[in-house]
Amino acid sequence: MKKTLTSAAVLMVAMTGTAMAGTLETVKERGAVQCGVTSGVPGFSVPDDKGNWKGLDVDMCRAVAAAVLGDATKVKFIPLNAKERFTALVSGEIDLLSRVTTWTQTRDTQLGINFAGVNYYDGQGFLVKKELGLKSVKELDGATVCVQSGTTTELNMADYFRTHSISYTPVVFDTNDQAAQAFDSGRCDSFTTDLSQAAGLRTRMQDPSSVGALPEVISKEPLGPVVRQGDDTWFNIVKWSHNAMLNAEELRLTSANVDKMKAESTDPNVKRLLGLDGPKGQGLDLADDWAYQIVKQVGNYGEAYERNVGKDSPLGLDRGLNALWNQGGLQYAPPMR
Amino acid sequence: MSSDMSNSSHKPDDGSEPKNGPPSNQPKFWNDPKKRSLLFQVILLAALGFVFYTIIDNTLTNLEQRGITTGFDFLTREAGFGIAMSLIDYTEASSYGMTFIVGLLNTILIAVMGIIAATILGFILGVARLSDNWLIAKFSALYIEVFRNIPLLLQIFFWYYAVLRTLPHPRQSIEFFGSFINNRGFIFPAPVPEDGFGVVLFGLLAAIIVSWLIARWANKRQELTGQQFPVYLTALGLIVGVPLLLFLLSGMPLGLDHPELKGFNFKGGITVIPELIALWLALSIYTAAFIAETVRAGILAVSHGQTEAATALGMSKAKTLRFIVIPQALRVVIPPLTSQYLNLTKNSSLATAIGYPDLVNVFAGTTLNQTGQAIEVIAMTMAVYLTLSLLTSLFMNWYNARIQLSER
Repeated sequence: MKKTLTSAAVLMVAMTGTAMAGTLETVKERGAVQCGVTSGVPGFSVPDDKGNWKGLDVDMCRAVAAAVLGDATKVKFIPLNAKERFTALVSGEIDLLSRVTTWTQTRDTQLGINFAGVNYYDGQGFLVKKELGLKSVKELDGATVCVQSGTTTELNMADYFRTHSISYTPVVFDTNDQAAQAFDSGRCDSFTTDLSQAAGLRTRMQDPSSVGALPEVISKEPLGPVVRQGDDTWFNIVKWSHNAMLNAEELRLTSANVDKMKAESTDPNVKRLLGLDGPKGQGLDLADDWAYQIVKQVGNYGEAYERNVGKDSPLGLDRGLNALWNQGGLQYAPPMR
Repeated sequence: MSSDMSNSSHKPDDGSEPKNGPPSNQPKFWNDPKKRSLLFQVILLAALGFVFYTIIDNTLTNLEQRGITTGFDFLTREAGFGIAMSLIDYTEASSYGMTFIVGLLNTILIAVMGIIAATILGFILGVARLSDNWLIAKFSALYIEVFRNIPLLLQIFFWYYAVLRTLPHPRQSIEFFGSFINNRGFIFPAPVPEDGFGVVLFGLLAAIIVSWLIARWANKRQELTGQQFPVYLTALGLIVGVPLLLFLLSGMPLGLDHPELKGFNFKGGITVIPELIALWLALSIYTAAFIAETVRAGILAVSHGQTEAATALGMSKAKTLRFIVIPQALRVVIPPLTSQYLNLTKNSSLATAIGYPDLVNVFAGTTLNQTGQAIEVIAMTMAVYLTLSLLTSLFMNWYNARIQLSER
């Protein structure tokens, strides 16, 4: 029903044709960033028992709030399901979509949205009950598979099974949570989603140890923050908020040492990142210390990773592809100068 | 003759003018209420047209400005996703247009199934609520009050999560007469017609036609002579007996495709997915409660004098109900019943909550999201519900008019 409402909202916006003010001005005026997140994927965006949102995608939102408003807590989180997300963004209901969203050509070019970077390199996998003794996705012939609707996952699965001539029955749910529950209760033989999300949702199952992932990773899933097309200032802010977190990790700036480094460091890279030198906040229409605020309040990318999905979290995922480029991973930010 | 007239109208200056009388007797057109109202209607229509034109033009311009693709080209593109249940051949290689048809058929299926079940259940409950039997009447009242006061979505969740999810795994299926029930649905053998089955179908068709002719003949005879003929029994005998006889004579030309457990699931047979069962149960049970109230109101609307008169004529209770009460009650019942049918059809879009692949789930869900063409997809979906509803009410209005005419 909510989906219908958002669609109606798009219609309304498209029809009335009010010229939207720049997102940056809107956010400053409102005093909060409205950020679209999942309705609960552990590690990426999930509210804790006190109602505070936690996760890697949540930290992306907080970084933008810290850069723009100087306060990482000034974020209004709006949980969306996969089907609602782009409509919510395009209609202006949210300023930033940070919701485990895969960067694809269709989405980037036809939906009126732009991907501002990749904050998690993921791949799609399959969860099964260990008691079945399965060794490979190719043994899933005839299986019923639970999946979330409106995702690349749904398409990848269809492609993969079709090319390998494996018959299957998809059972499609609105949220990943529902799909995982359906798998857990035995409606499906397998549950497919991005491996990082699978790791998170597995922790919520009745008996997480009875569930395992099959070895195949069947797709590339570059997940990242998304903004509306046609607002380059805002696009740059989100892109560089993410880059600042990566560069901070590369320069070993953490939320713990950033004050000390700001006072003492003579490294020109550090000084430029912290806004003491170099381009500062000018081109972005932000305060000069915007990147300092991100590192101070949210931390660098490595901190966010370990805290939410890495070894300090219940998910316990390795850095893998998400390590920095100079440590064997793919995370590589352009220099700040 | 006609050429004369057209000539005169084409040439108004050929002397026919004086026939129109002096123009001064005609009121000015703005003083003529008929012409004035026509003018206002034209202005209103033009304004309305302008509003719609502006809306559509604005929409297109804005979509273009935002870099959003428009148009219906996507309907021919390959869909690339699977659908759990389809009444027609559908594969991942089918087009987005096909996903529309698959979703549409699934919506029609659930609507028709729901309408049939809700009507039968509703009529029984409605009559039962007026029963002299205290237990039956109270049970019916309890049913109605419970089910029409719980939100439909909760009822769908109840059937899906609380009832059907607790069924055993395929390996521990409940088995009876070659059919199976498990948490993947209800699986029963599929009938496979073999050579000669056409004869049986032909027999069935013939029996139906003959029954209809007999019914007509019996009606006429009763009107003329007052003699009655057991039409229903004869028709039942014909419609069941003839095809059955042909079926046995032609050597039972119907095979069964038995479901078998292979690997993860049953292969063969027909599988009714639990999403469909849950939705069907919830929609029928919920709507039946409203239909029951409608039926009760209809029966109560028939004056008690009618029943008394029937009793005075010596009609049995059953006959009174069938020939006196129900035909008159129907006239009151049909219009609100139509509303209930429309509600049921529209409520079937709640399917998306439990993953039944109806139009909203498949087309306004996955297809919308994969193509991103919200306006086109939502417009098509709305048009479908509008058309379905209009067709239903058209049919019900026709039926209503028919039973109104049968009044003497």
